[in-house]
Amino acid sequence: MPINYYILLSLTLFCIGIVGVLTRRNAIIIFMCIELMLNAVNLLLVAFSKMHHLQHAQLNPAAGIDGQLFVFFIMVVAAAEVSVGLAIIVMLYRNVHSVEVNFLNRLKH
Amino acid sequence: MSKFVYLIPLFPFLGFLLIAFGRKELPRVFSSVIGCGSILVSFILSLVIFFEVRQEEFQTEVVQLFSFIHFDKVNIPFAFQVDQLSSLFLLIITGVGFLIHVYSTAYMQEEKPEHYGRYFSYLNLFIFFMLMLVLGSNYVIMFIGWEGVGLCSYLLIGYWFKNDEYNNAARKAFIMNRIGDLGFLIAVFWMIAEFGSTSFAEVFAKASTGTTVTIITLLLFVGATGKSAQIPLYTWLPDAMAGPTPVSALIHAATMVTAGIYMIARSNVLYSLAPISQNVVAIVGLTTAILAAFIALKQNDIKKVLAYSTVSQLGYMFLGLGVGAYVGSVFHVMTHAFFKALLFLAAGSVIHALHHEQDIRRMGGLKKFLPITHITFFLGCLAIAGIPPFSGFFSKDEILIAAYAHNPVLYWIGLGGALLTAFYMFRLYTLTFLGNYRGGHGDHQHVAGGGHQIHESPSAMTIPLVVLAILSVIGGFVGLPEIFNDKLGTSHYLQHFLAPVISEAHEGPHVAANTEYILLGVSVAAIIASCVFAANAFKSYKYSDEKPTGLAKIFANKFYVDEFYDAVIVRPLKAFAQFLNDSVERLAIDGLVNGIGKAVQYGSRQLRWLQSGQVAAYVLLMVISIIIFFFVQFFIKH
Repeated sequence: MPINYYILLSLTLFCIGIVGVLTRRNAIIIFMCIELMLNAVNLLLVAFSKMHHLQHAQLNPAAGIDGQLFVFFIMVVAAAEVSVGLAIIVMLYRNVHSVEVNFLNRLKH
Repeated sequence: MSKFVYLIPLFPFLGFLLIAFGRKELPRVFSSVIGCGSILVSFILSLVIFFEVRQEEFQTEVVQLFSFIHFDKVNIPFAFQVDQLSSLFLLIITGVGFLIHVYSTAYMQEEKPEHYGRYFSYLNLFIFFMLMLVLGSNYVIMFIGWEGVGLCSYLLIGYWFKNDEYNNAARKAFIMNRIGDLGFLIAVFWMIAEFGSTSFAEVFAKASTGTTVTIITLLLFVGATGKSAQIPLYTWLPDAMAGPTPVSALIHAATMVTAGIYMIARSNVLYSLAPISQNVVAIVGLTTAILAAFIALKQNDIKKVLAYSTVSQLGYMFLGLGVGAYVGSVFHVMTHAFFKALLFLAAGSVIHALHHEQDIRRMGGLKKFLPITHITFFLGCLAIAGIPPFSGFFSKDEILIAAYAHNPVLYWIGLGGALLTAFYMFRLYTLTFLGNYRGGHGDHQHVAGGGHQIHESPSAMTIPLVVLAILSVIGGFVGLPEIFNDKLGTSHYLQHFLAPVISEAHEGPHVAANTEYILLGVSVAAIIASCVFAANAFKSYKYSDEKPTGLAKIFANKFYVDEFYDAVIVRPLKAFAQFLNDSVERLAIDGLVNGIGKAVQYGSRQLRWLQSGQVAAYVLLMVISIIIFFFVQFFIKH
């Protein structure tokens, strides 16, 4: 499939993710959108890796492997970040009984 | 000794500082001893300098203290000039000043110590500035003294500052003085531009006939009209009677108001080169003399009569300056200082004895209660009227004869003024001292004000009166006119003394001896007739407070000049100030300053969003900045 489709899909997912982070009030939804952004990037990486592999397979059987390798790194980071983030949200909920992000404006002072 | 001339103003200045700082804690005696003592020391030093100046071989000495203003080719040093004219004025200022200080110690006795001290500190400061005025060797130092005496006049007129009317009078005096000072300043600037210097020696050497000198002399005269109360800036002087009587005696009779005369006498070289200015001076002086004499005829406050009399006599002095009789005017300054200070102090003695009654319609018959005051006042009246052999006769006649030589019309009008002077002075004398006492109530005919017996003033007040009376009697003999000198072998001592400063070449034309005899005889006879007429008219005066009508009403209301100034100058100025306040001040300036404040507040309100504490806002900012980074990275070529 032409690479453009993958780029467009990834871009769409990324933009949806950004808009979600900016507009949603619920902290958990915001996390989901962050995951969406990360996964969009993953998709892009894998797509380009496949493209490179198809183009250079005769010369080098291991072409395009870097992209897929990097995807693992991103997934690990995402997992770590989610665990820490969810832990914070749980603590937050225990204190103010709400996960609304607008509620937290103590930084104002 | 003349090298130490700076000591003369120094002592009054030190007196001012000491009294000003010590008056709250220390008793009245401290203020009076230091106040009178400093002036006494200055007087003794002035005497020493006078005797040094008297010697034939004395040369004018300029003592420089430091370089005051120096730029380009213009050098204005802070220097004092010792010569015949300044040493004469030094004697008058410190001598009469000392007598008035002594008088004040008794007159101001009712004041609290700190206000008593305030009075003496102001008085000392005044003497300091006046001495600086006459000692200055250039117009700028003279101007420092000129301004300073105006300031002290304001402080002293408004001495009883709790009274609004007195404060208004003080403000009026200061503002009118300042209007004149503007003329003086412009003249000084012109002098610097034209001659490159303001020192007397240099300006007089470089001056020559022409429009520049005429303009400079006219501007200097404007300054003199403000300081010496001539038309049009004379209305402050009668109002200035709000101050204590010794202040009126010192400032508004003997010294400050004579500053204008001193200045013109000092600049006699310049004025002789500008005949137009001389004519202006003479005509303004004569007009003022007559106008003030008319007004004095109908005044009922003892001090106001004397105030208008001062304005009138100053007019005579300016008349003398205008016709070239510089020595005559300086002579009249001297004799006027004696008899006018005497008259004011005697009036103060009367006011003090009657517990602050100043209306002459309520006085009368004080001859038997206040003997010393009565005799000294009478001598003062004789002197001011111009009856020989008292001092006023010699000085006034010298001016009038010189006026005759210039233009006989001036003489006849001047003589008319002298007759008016004699009339109103003897009216004042008769109403105050002769006849029956009209004050108090019903049958308490010798009880004044708060029910106290009227008695003579303490000796601290009467001794200065006696000294001044003696000076008023004998003071004229330093200036005997020529016609007597030829007979008696004496000389016009004052003219001889002042010759190095006021050279004979600048004196006006002379009158033939016979004419002079006739004029003298006519004037003396007319004046004596006027005195007798006045005494007769008022000796059986009964109190009535009917308002005068017709011409008398115009005189009594001072020709409505104050009302005219109020309508033409004061009200428009106030309206203009109000307009400026509303439009420029409120709209423009307040608008600008408040507007800046509002702009800052608006900006800060917008910037506050940056720190809303909302996480979403922070994330938005992060996103926006990343976009900006991308744009910068990819689209702006390095």
